[in-house]
Amino acid sequence: MSEATSQKIPVTVLTGYLGAGKTTLLNRILSENHGKKYAVIVNEFGEIGIDNDLIIGADEEVFEMNNGCICCTVRGDLVRIMDGLMKRKGKFDAIIVETTGLADPAPVAQTFFVDEDVQKNARLDAVVTVADAKWLSDRLKDAPEAKNQIAFADVIVLNKTDLVNKGELAEVEARIRGINPYAKLHRTERCSVALADVLDRGAFDLDRILDIEPDFLEADDHDHDHDHHHHHGHDHHHHDHGNGLKHYHDEEMQSLSLKTDKPLDPNVFMPWLQNLVQIEGGKILRSKGILAFHDDEDRYVFQGVHMMLEGNHQRKWKDGEPRESRLIFIGRELPEEAIRKGFESCIVS
Amino acid sequence: MKEFTPASDSASIVSVTDRVKPVALGMAVTSVHFLGPRAAFVGGEENVAFVDAQGEIATVAVHSGGILSVASDGKRLVMGGDDGKVVSLDAKGEVTLLATDPKRRWIDAVALHADGAFAWSAGKTATVKSGKTEEKSIEVPSTVGGLAFAPKGLRLAIAHYNGVTLWFPNMAGSAEFLPWAGSHHAVTFSPDNKFLVTAMHEPALHGWRLADNRHMRMTGYPGRVRSMSWSAGGKGLATSGADTVIIWPFGSKDGPMGKEPAMLAPLQARVSVVACHPKNDILAAGYSDGTVLMVRLEDGAEILVRRNGTPPVAAIAWNAKGTLLAFADENGDGGLLEL
Repeated sequence: MSEATSQKIPVTVLTGYLGAGKTTLLNRILSENHGKKYAVIVNEFGEIGIDNDLIIGADEEVFEMNNGCICCTVRGDLVRIMDGLMKRKGKFDAIIVETTGLADPAPVAQTFFVDEDVQKNARLDAVVTVADAKWLSDRLKDAPEAKNQIAFADVIVLNKTDLVNKGELAEVEARIRGINPYAKLHRTERCSVALADVLDRGAFDLDRILDIEPDFLEADDHDHDHDHHHHHGHDHHHHDHGNGLKHYHDEEMQSLSLKTDKPLDPNVFMPWLQNLVQIEGGKILRSKGILAFHDDEDRYVFQGVHMMLEGNHQRKWKDGEPRESRLIFIGRELPEEAIRKGFESCIVS
Repeated sequence: MKEFTPASDSASIVSVTDRVKPVALGMAVTSVHFLGPRAAFVGGEENVAFVDAQGEIATVAVHSGGILSVASDGKRLVMGGDDGKVVSLDAKGEVTLLATDPKRRWIDAVALHADGAFAWSAGKTATVKSGKTEEKSIEVPSTVGGLAFAPKGLRLAIAHYNGVTLWFPNMAGSAEFLPWAGSHHAVTFSPDNKFLVTAMHEPALHGWRLADNRHMRMTGYPGRVRSMSWSAGGKGLATSGADTVIIWPFGSKDGPMGKEPAMLAPLQARVSVVACHPKNDILAAGYSDGTVLMVRLEDGAEILVRRNGTPPVAAIAWNAKGTLLAFADENGDGGLLEL
């Protein structure tokens, strides 16, 4: 991590549908003896049982930036609160932003990319989504907000696992993986997750976009390199893999992963990616990539939220390290064929 | 001001840096205001530090947390804090609690009227207290970004998302809404009461001519405008946010409509604060690299008050007579210059 990055205050965004256990996790973070002081931005005063003078009530005011880009919504209240908090620099080590159960995490994340002053002082660390093992499968069917929160997550705390049996747990995990196979998933009861697993993740830190392989639980040991042949026109079909593990494909929200061991032409790739997020940015929630460009000794890494992209040369490719390019997109109704074709056209032939 | 004598032909800038009395406040500073003969440096949290002409520092505790908003009329400061309190501080150093938010919400904005009335906001609610009358409150559609009293009459401008609400607290049903898309923060009336200007979240100002609510767009800044100051007589509005001081002309009845702003004192750094001299056509500007300059509006001639090489200048102010200039950077290293 660069020095400038490490001096910025890390911000964890805590989302989760109503009743999933966000407040339980928040109370745990605040009460655990970790020697750190958190400023907490909450949407409901009074739910936090811990005495902390840096709990700030927020109004979740989502503002459109007045630059004609419909995707560039930010949390206006966060801009103001960050301004105020910066007057107390040194009084806290990190910031946690709790969103309401019905919130879209994108405006929160975008606030940390768009606003110059916020960006100067703080860095987004990770989006942590608390999910209710018993009810998430139902919410994924009837609540688009719940699906958004799963798709957006870097870390998913699958809570209340004591309220479901083994089969139900496998079912809900498969549904989560059908939407977002990349988030770190932790099964918990009463949100008892190690704090190191939810805080200081560096999920938006370009230097730490190292592992963009799917995150598999130990139980989930089957081979994922199979082809999916989907028959459209029905909801949530699934197929068994012989080991009893269900594999879901969410008709609306998917992830798409692209990979090649041939070098990419940066003069073709960059305009293609820019254009893709300009046109499809409304559908693409998150994107990440590690890229090997033609005639380039350095790895290039990028990440994005909707239409916003940031990228940089990261480091030299190591000797013996396979020079592979890998990209992932998580989004709604992604035009898979067009994206695959566009990506292939960026390969140096 | 006979001291303002920049040599027009000399290659190097005229400097008065050796005449500045250094002030080391030892706290983060966000603004400075003169109360009587002393400069009151407002800290990021808890304290205000008075500094007299001899450079003696006297610190006064005003809030039990961050100090979020400050207004001054030259006789006292009114401040809002993240402790949910509105307090005043007079020239003698006496602190008075003016109001407490019942839910201990942040006091995001305050304003002070020449006749002693004051206003504050917490969330979407703006409240005015005038003399012995009861507090009066108004709710606007989104969180208040800034407050300002009109120079005439008891009228409050409340900046928020998508516009400004103008309100006569003593007249029921008097709120008027001036719409403009976007998020509006600081708001200010021109001294002649003809124009209203807001600093927006995006790098731009927006203005309204109050006679007919005609719009004035003032754009082109590379960064957000955080500091605005009316020049003597209200002929121009000097602003931060660019690598020069940008001064919009408000001398004519059309204001800056169809006109270019003056761009003075360019540096390889962003202007962070501006303060116009109260009587003469001179301003003082602080920059993101720590530089402080005095600039003559007529021809842009500059005098160096402080060299670069420190954190951004966060506070700058003249006393009412225009004989003292006070400034400080973000870390609380500042100075006093007597003219």
